[in-house]
Amino acid sequence: MTSVLEIKNLHVEIDGKKILKGVDLTLKQGEIHAVMGPNGTGKSTLAQAIMGHPRYEVTQGEVILDGEDVLEMEVDERSKAGLFLGMQYPSEISGVTTSDFLRSAINAQREEGDEINLMQFIKKLDKNMEYLEIDQDMATRYLNEGFSGGEKKRNEILQLMMLEPKFGILDEIDSGLDIDALKVVSKGINKLRGEQFGSLIITHYQRLLNYISPDFVHVMMRGKIVKSGGKELAERLEAEGYDWIKEELGIDDVTVESDVN
Amino acid sequence: MATVSNELILNADEVIQRATDRGESDFLINKKKEALELIENIDMPKPDKTNIKRWDFFTMSEPVVDSSVYNSLEELPESVKALLDIENTKNIYVQHNNTPAYLQIDEKLKDKGVIIENIVEATHNHPELVEKYFMQDGVKVDENKLTAFHTAMLNGGLFVYVPKDVHIEDPVQMVLLHDDEKASLINHVLIVADKGSEITYVENYLSNVEETKEQINIVSEVLALDNAKVTYGAVDVLAEGMTGYINRRGIASDDATIDWALGLMNDSNVINDNTTYLMGDRSNSDLKTVTIGRGQQIQNVTTQIIHYGKDSNAHILKHGVMKDSATSIFNGVGYIKHGGTRADAQQESRILMLSDRARGDANPILLIDEDDVTAGHAASVGRVDPLQLFYLMSRGISQEEAERLVIHGFLDPVVKALPIESVKRQLKEIIEMKILSK
Ligand SMILES: Nc1ncnc2c1ncn2[C@@H]1O[C@H](COP(=O)(O)OP(=O)(O)O)[C@@H](O)[C@H]1O
Ligand SMILES: [Mg+2]
Repeated sequence: MTSVLEIKNLHVEIDGKKILKGVDLTLKQGEIHAVMGPNGTGKSTLAQAIMGHPRYEVTQGEVILDGEDVLEMEVDERSKAGLFLGMQYPSEISGVTTSDFLRSAINAQREEGDEINLMQFIKKLDKNMEYLEIDQDMATRYLNEGFSGGEKKRNEILQLMMLEPKFGILDEIDSGLDIDALKVVSKGINKLRGEQFGSLIITHYQRLLNYISPDFVHVMMRGKIVKSGGKELAERLEAEGYDWIKEELGIDDVTVESDVN
Repeated sequence: MATVSNELILNADEVIQRATDRGESDFLINKKKEALELIENIDMPKPDKTNIKRWDFFTMSEPVVDSSVYNSLEELPESVKALLDIENTKNIYVQHNNTPAYLQIDEKLKDKGVIIENIVEATHNHPELVEKYFMQDGVKVDENKLTAFHTAMLNGGLFVYVPKDVHIEDPVQMVLLHDDEKASLINHVLIVADKGSEITYVENYLSNVEETKEQINIVSEVLALDNAKVTYGAVDVLAEGMTGYINRRGIASDDATIDWALGLMNDSNVINDNTTYLMGDRSNSDLKTVTIGRGQQIQNVTTQIIHYGKDSNAHILKHGVMKDSATSIFNGVGYIKHGGTRADAQQESRILMLSDRARGDANPILLIDEDDVTAGHAASVGRVDPLQLFYLMSRGISQEEAERLVIHGFLDPVVKALPIESVKRQLKEIIEMKILSK
């Protein structure tokens, strides 16, 4: 069965401030969607709201995964249902090693009594770390503590590869990466690409899309998706920037604040 | 003998008579006499920010209880065995309430002159050493009413001497099993590491009684002479209802190091005083403590490192988790005396609050009488970060498990510092049990 994640007319507020103002998006397994747009247009808010960040309040709309109401689920249940969010700013968890954390996370996805066997786990971890060119010692370092920006992003992709979710939502997984790291991260995502994986890749640079060719591209402004298209849309944005879209829409300011309605 | 509530009523003649009947050494009896003469006229300690006026530090059912001894490690109760790595344990002293119950020392160490012995016996067998160090440079008899009470009522403990340049590779462990509701632990540990020597010492205080109104009055003195290194680990797990005064003191001479890793897991109200004097030039102390408060428990954890020596270094790290209606006061003092040129005093105190009713207070204090020094402190009292929980839960981990991970993680830097694997494991299990208890 191909899983489907549907976002319908999603409205989200933070501290009473309206940020998303009606987002519609349907993601199917096997597809890669890119969400682009300047800073402050609501991209991270979309990602966080889908995952259930405690500060983001959904005031209207729906998120449905294979017919199930995602918004009714606790954060951990969303993960178990097959959603994964690679965060723009992952938290540092002092005292918990990357390896212990990953094992807890994998076991959380499995039934009680069916925990992953330690050898199997280590094999899988080693394999994925090698694939992502991650230093062995990261496994025993405390999760994200003292990691460089690039290490944090690689670690997010490592988690993605270890958990193999139905849908990976990746929020600016490319920001702050040099070209080599960008290639490695893309390699990881491309490895998962296939019928069992769908992805929503949030970025404000086109350059990531040189390595991961998207099936769909969406542009976000003022808390809404204002334009959708194929790969060629990203190419045009790369060449011409966002001004032509603003002109089409007749707006100057793209941020969510600018639209008081 | 016994005393009433928080007032001290001691029958000095009876105390001395009992000590004499038990065949204690003249030295010890004289110390006890000295303490008994002084005690009326000295003040109680004044732990900063904790009012102990109504705490009962004196009521004891019996001055000493007699308990069984063990002929081998195999005979030990399971709860004690769990603390040992039986196959690899070389040096161990087990005290059963107040009774020296088992002693095992690596023969090779004996040949080198290492002494590991019950403290009361040591005052008979090694007067030249014990008299030189017992309550001299470390904790003084007349330091306060509780140290005087300690001296007067001392009913157990351990003496360890490491001769010059001897490095003890395997840890020396003391286990004190407290399973008699009438036993008070007036326990004294004296460790003397002579010049250039090294020792790792770990002690476990373990109650197997649920609740009792007896005393914990523990004094440890650690003397690291020139160039010696002492690594001191402790896990205290004593019962609810007791009153605790625990004073662990270090004295480091030139180039000496005393490192502490203390798991303060008692369920009773406790005043903890852990003070290290860096007397010598280039002396060092690294002090890590961890505590969990639960129920109505009140704890005062005062850690001080006092620098006299030049180029002396101190690093204090204290982590505490407060549940229920527990109260914890963390006082951390870094004191650089005049002459402590280029000393470095660093400290960090963190308290994690798991309940609205709990109280936590972290007070870092730096006192500096010297110009050319470095010093720093960080302190915080806070709750589990909701963003950390969100992050962990977004990977499928339940809220309960996520909290557990964050709490264990928070305490891990100290747990990790404990030198014996089995003790580390025990501390983790106790932390687990305390976190999960309702
Ligand atoms: N934690 C927050 N507190 C207050 N306002 C926020 C917060 N997060 C986002 N916002 C507001 O929402 C707007 C959209 O933010 P975000 O979704 O992070 O945009 P993007 O990811 O597109 O840069 C921001 O410009 C900001 O005004
Ligand atoms: Mg963003």
